[in-house]
Amino acid sequence: MIHSLFLINNTRDIFLEKHWKSVIGRSVCDYFFEARDKAGDPENVPPSCRPLITTSSSSRYNSGLFRRMLRTLIKDNVVIVYELLEEMLDNGFPLATESNVLKEMIKPPNILRTVVNTLTGSSNVGDTLPTGQLSIVPWRRAGVKYSNNEAYFDVIEEIDAIIDKSGTTVFAEIQGVIEACVRLSGMPDLTLSFMNPRLLDDVSFHPCVRFKRWEAEHVLSFIPPDGNFTLMTYHVSAQNLVAIPVYVKQSINFFDSGSSGRLDITIGPKQTMGKTVESLSVTIPMPKTVLSTNLTATQGSHTFDLATKVLVWDIGKLNPQKLPNLKGSLSMQSGAPKPEENPSLNIDMKIQQLAISGLKVNRLDMYGEKYKPFKGVKYLTKAGKFQVRT
Amino acid sequence: MQEWANQLCENRQFGSKMTDSKYFTTTKKGEIFELKAELNSDKKEKKKEAVKKVIASMTVGKDVSALFPDVVNCMQTDNLELKKLVYLYLMNYAKSQPDMAIMAVNTFVKDCEDPNPLIRALAVRTMGCIRVDKITEYLCEPLRKCLKDEDPYVRKTAAVCVAKLHDINAQLVEDQGFLDTLKDLISDSNPMVVANAVAALSEIAESHPNSNLLDLNPQTINKLLTALNECTEWGQIFILDCLANYTPRDDRESQSICERVTPRLSHANSAVVLSAVKVLMKFMEMLPKDLDYYGTLLKKLAPPLVTLLSAEPELQYVALRNINLIVQRRPEILKHEMKVFFVKYNDPIYVKLEKLDIMIRLASQANIAQVLAELKEYATEVDVDFVRKAVRAIGRCAIKVEVQLQLLTGIVKLFLKKPTETQELVQQVLSLATQDSDNPDLRDRGYIYWRLLSTDPVAAKEVVLAEKPLISEETDLIEPTLLEELICHIGTLASVYHKPPSAFVEGSRGVQHKRLPGSAGSGESVESPEAASAAVPEPTPSVIPSQEDLLGDLLNLNLDLTPPTSSTAPPPPSSGLQMGAMDLLGGGLDSLMGDDAEPHQSVCVRSDTPQSPLQSPSPPDYSPTQLGGDLGANPTIGAGFGAPPPAAVPPSFTAPASRGLDDLFDLSGGVGMPTGAYCPAKTVWLPAMKGKGLEISGTFTRRSGVIQMEMTLTNKAMSVMTDFAIQFNRNSFGLAPAGPLQVLTPLSPNQSIEVALPLNTLGPVMKMEPLNNLQVAVKNNIDVFYFSCQYPMSVLFSEDGKMESKVFLVTWKDIPNEESQFQIKDCHLNSDAASNKLQGSNVFTIAKRTVEGQDMLYQSLKLTNGIWVLAELKVQTGSPVFTVSLKCRAPEVSQAVFQSYEAILKN
Repeated sequence: MIHSLFLINNTRDIFLEKHWKSVIGRSVCDYFFEARDKAGDPENVPPSCRPLITTSSSSRYNSGLFRRMLRTLIKDNVVIVYELLEEMLDNGFPLATESNVLKEMIKPPNILRTVVNTLTGSSNVGDTLPTGQLSIVPWRRAGVKYSNNEAYFDVIEEIDAIIDKSGTTVFAEIQGVIEACVRLSGMPDLTLSFMNPRLLDDVSFHPCVRFKRWEAEHVLSFIPPDGNFTLMTYHVSAQNLVAIPVYVKQSINFFDSGSSGRLDITIGPKQTMGKTVESLSVTIPMPKTVLSTNLTATQGSHTFDLATKVLVWDIGKLNPQKLPNLKGSLSMQSGAPKPEENPSLNIDMKIQQLAISGLKVNRLDMYGEKYKPFKGVKYLTKAGKFQVRT
Repeated sequence: MQEWANQLCENRQFGSKMTDSKYFTTTKKGEIFELKAELNSDKKEKKKEAVKKVIASMTVGKDVSALFPDVVNCMQTDNLELKKLVYLYLMNYAKSQPDMAIMAVNTFVKDCEDPNPLIRALAVRTMGCIRVDKITEYLCEPLRKCLKDEDPYVRKTAAVCVAKLHDINAQLVEDQGFLDTLKDLISDSNPMVVANAVAALSEIAESHPNSNLLDLNPQTINKLLTALNECTEWGQIFILDCLANYTPRDDRESQSICERVTPRLSHANSAVVLSAVKVLMKFMEMLPKDLDYYGTLLKKLAPPLVTLLSAEPELQYVALRNINLIVQRRPEILKHEMKVFFVKYNDPIYVKLEKLDIMIRLASQANIAQVLAELKEYATEVDVDFVRKAVRAIGRCAIKVEVQLQLLTGIVKLFLKKPTETQELVQQVLSLATQDSDNPDLRDRGYIYWRLLSTDPVAAKEVVLAEKPLISEETDLIEPTLLEELICHIGTLASVYHKPPSAFVEGSRGVQHKRLPGSAGSGESVESPEAASAAVPEPTPSVIPSQEDLLGDLLNLNLDLTPPTSSTAPPPPSSGLQMGAMDLLGGGLDSLMGDDAEPHQSVCVRSDTPQSPLQSPSPPDYSPTQLGGDLGANPTIGAGFGAPPPAAVPPSFTAPASRGLDDLFDLSGGVGMPTGAYCPAKTVWLPAMKGKGLEISGTFTRRSGVIQMEMTLTNKAMSVMTDFAIQFNRNSFGLAPAGPLQVLTPLSPNQSIEVALPLNTLGPVMKMEPLNNLQVAVKNNIDVFYFSCQYPMSVLFSEDGKMESKVFLVTWKDIPNEESQFQIKDCHLNSDAASNKLQGSNVFTIAKRTVEGQDMLYQSLKLTNGIWVLAELKVQTGSPVFTVSLKCRAPEVSQAVFQSYEAILKN
């Protein structure tokens, strides 16, 4: 249950407060300020020190709505935000958080509507009851109409991995998500089936997915929300199913004597299923005593940020015939002791048209409506938290 | 939501003219004045803009209450947006302008009849938010209509409104019968209405822990489970949280509920997942472990918990804190998932530390190599805090895993204790260790032992058999009762803070204590909240339910010393002298006592051991703990042993000073009974295992009207302890420390200190289960520790508890409810001695009657909170069985008062 909400900016002004159940004084925010002073970096404040901002139940839309919005944006639309909050919670109970429903109750502002409203005196507040909120499909509004009916699904997989310095995989898993963009008229009932559904043993679904059908037949059967939504997320952790697309040969040494070090990194393809690795980049947070770098790359560009001591090597496409290499010396603060920590390498990459777990959509069928929709499926594999220890 | 942000972004690009930021620009003095003019404008559009400006000022905390009448004037409009805005404003300021708010009532009532359900719902929703008493009266009729509205959207809004109204005026809601209507809504055809009714009822029930509001039975459970499948995600959470409070009748029902809840584990909303986990964790307690389904359930729980870890760091942290609890209760769920807790270098520090903690808890023989390799990796990280914890974790792992070294030490110890029988064995083992082993540590230790044993066996004994400081991997575990409570709060802030809700929720609202149900087949009865408060006459009182584990510890401690007695013993009070002996022992004077001390100690721990009252005469009002407490400084040390003249006792020690003479008289009268205020023996409240080396034992006393909590703090850890502080949770009689905990000097290792903490009864009140339960938090420089203990009700018996005999007669007749009757067995006292003894603890005899060889004593006592208890004590001459009948306007105290009676009389 949420009693009060405070939105705070970086200069510690409370620029929006909303109370539901009872009024809680602004002084509670001091606890947060105190914790933030202690933590130094705002990212390191443990959430329990943010008692009113993140609670276990509210963080989902917090992250979805507020965290990505700039302060100025809220300020510009403060009344709308306030109205939205009022709709979302009653007496501190969360009620409606489906963006589809909210959009119907309070229409999002856009330039056209603002002009129309000013001319006609109509408002942003919907004056009819959102039909979805009480039906058994609360996520879909009624009376949807499109001239082009289309349904797109993106299967996106992120590889989280920790590779140790000898190249052995310490830990690897795949976080998969199916993002959908469905613009279909009426009340379409969709069935999505996979070639190899047995891959998925740990799944979580959008409320629209009929769980019984999934348990019995391993197909996704659902009446979709209108527009963009996350159909399902899944998680593949069986070690043998997680392919590691690239290997890294690295040596980063700091010398005992003198104030220098050496760095030599080569990256090559490992299990790419015949696809090209793109947007490859390596990020290395260097020890604080590294002053500058003198490196040459056979491919791509590299930068070393003197303030944050982060070395970024932007490689681009991985060419299996000519492996990219970054090599050179690091100059260290003279007199400083040899750094104890070993910097980790953070790898970023993309592989188009591949779901690294091997997941494949078999077919999409539509029932309940007569028209022929346009269907499309795209695959993408990305590096998530992909780390190579040295 | 993202889209929303984008759209707002787009909007921004068209400049501030189109946006609300213009509402913030006016900060001139005449602002309010200008707004007033605009609010009264004829143009609808201008009005709306003005109200928006007002709201914008309100949201940033500016005071715009002066505009109340002008804003309310805008309320009667057919423009929904304007109406909403005015309602928003009203909610904020109605409280400061109650008279003006009444003006709005008419519109509310009218809006509740509007043909548009959206407006009906809006009106009823807003009305509930206006926390003005005057308005609530007008609310009843519209609310009643809305609860039965044909539109489910209105019904579900009205359901929540009942909870709001209850918060403002509980009596009104009960009188109007809204609670029954709300209960009916649980059977509503619309799942969202059901969910909101459940949410409202749960909230109301929270402030009335003993009301039978959410009378959950298999039928309602079935309805809830049906609605669970159909309602929105937040509705599912309400229902799941409500389900978690239900106690299934048997394991079969438990299993069928679990089966219907498990699909929720695949929900995208992590709050739904956590609530489902909570229900499953709780109901699993009821399932026999050999059941196939139990294993299936364990397997099903792991993947969703792992999935929670793929969220943003903040959510991850919430998940990790909950997993930490789950792992402590059921490590088997995640035993194969060690790797997901491996730390990534860019995890925020709070996530790293939490992952590390869980890794250690999951470490076992099977995965120790893997864990150690990881920990070694972490030891070279940048963050100092994290490195420190990682290194410490390696140590903790070492304790977990058995090694050959321990075997070697064990055998040497055995040899030192029983040299003749094990000489051969020790030689064989030492030669194995020194000659055949490849392990250098083992070889080294073998040599050390060998040389030690061959040069100086006495020194060897001192070294090898020396008492070790306490190191345990258990030291970081959460106290089991607290853990049970926290498991019941999975998915809430309590599970993130690892503190019971009562520790951080402010306000007068009572917080219900939750416990896990008893496991199936173990013979433990599932307790109902009424169990303890209902005064059931029983020959022997049963063990107080929620103290099982504390008592368990106590029993374990004395297991081999205690003579066999019945297993249903109340917490042990004991006679003064014996307790004194125990404290002296602790004080290092055991030489005085010789070996006799041990049997003494063993007797005093169990109260129901029959003992002769004449065997230990002690001076009046001599509470045992005082002996320990004043050790060394006071001439009274001898008192415990011999029999100094009663006059030597400083008057302040006699419980109520006025009664000192009576006591003297009693003594000289040859009754030969000590009549001091009853005080139970110190019991261990916080074992060193759970207190990271801090052991706390203690008791409660009442002297001259002052309640004291007397504690012995013992440092069994290796480092010095400082900065002690104490805090009580809210409790039934508002007990609270009257001052800070005075531990002035640091407590060095192996040192004990006696502290007496004066208490008052001015603290916040909350009914506890059992009534005399007290939850205590003690802080020192190492950590905060929680334990619970029970105080004898007799410390609450106040000195002015003697009722006028006339008043007594009238009151006795006046109290309508049936008296509660109890029996005390094995009490070898005559009625005078009993009366004296009770008087020592402020139970006053008002009249005595003898009928057919049966003495009837009529007694009264008064609790610190003003509750009077009247008693009739029947003593049959020559029979060791006493009958106590208690009458009280608050019958729930009877059981606890009776326990005090028994304890005082048997003392």
